[in-house]
Amino acid sequence: MANAARVFAALNDPTRRAVLERLRAGPKPVGEIARGLPVTRPAVSQHLKVLKEAGLVDDRSQGTRRIYQIDPNGLGALRAWLDQFWSDALNAFAAEAERAEKKEKE
Amino acid sequence: MSTQIRPAPVRKSIFVDAPQAHAFEVFTDGIGRWWPKTHKIGGSDLDKPVIEPRAGGRWYQLSADGSECEVGKVLEWNPPARVLLAWQLTADWTYDPDLITEVEVTFAPEGSGTRVDLEHRHLERIGERADTMREAIDSPNGWGLLLRLYSEASAE
Repeated sequence: MANAARVFAALNDPTRRAVLERLRAGPKPVGEIARGLPVTRPAVSQHLKVLKEAGLVDDRSQGTRRIYQIDPNGLGALRAWLDQFWSDALNAFAAEAERAEKKEKE
Repeated sequence: MSTQIRPAPVRKSIFVDAPQAHAFEVFTDGIGRWWPKTHKIGGSDLDKPVIEPRAGGRWYQLSADGSECEVGKVLEWNPPARVLLAWQLTADWTYDPDLITEVEVTFAPEGSGTRVDLEHRHLERIGERADTMREAIDSPNGWGLLLRLYSEASAE
């Protein structure tokens, strides 16, 4: 599952940011993404894997090719952020509920 | 682009070592006591969120100077088992009366305590209204927003 740390780790790399920039114009296969980038095609595939695991891009098959696309609304990042937010919030809530419960018992 | 990636709901579950009614009360009436300070909309330490305890009640942020910022509202109120809230904040944390994402929180007795399950759903609706977010991402400083969100998340 995507989380904020993973999203921002994924973004903290100039090549991966360049890959995302290219996908903003529309879905593309790996070869087209790699064209003009100063890294090998297998390296681009590896970067795409990291971006996919972070929920920032998605892929689908088209014949023998794999087409990558970005979420145009940035919802992957938003969702990751909310995921982290609710984790933090629920932990804080549980701590407060248990603290108050103990106090009442005393 | 016609393709829309639909995000899955955010689902969280936590066990609280306290009775069901108490857990419900702390979550709703006591929200100002535990809501993470780093996520207060007004930004001041003295700000606190308030949930009015009834269906149709407001969910808002009360600032130290007495001003109020809407967050959402109570859609369904079923103490002590469940509350359904509307979260009406856009990606840049401004209130949008036409945006409704749902936060459902259920409280179930489990052993000596309570199992609390939270689901925040219909997140794609934020994307549908995310002009500001799209602009932020498309702008030359586009990554700034994401990095700001990250620093907030990791400043816990």
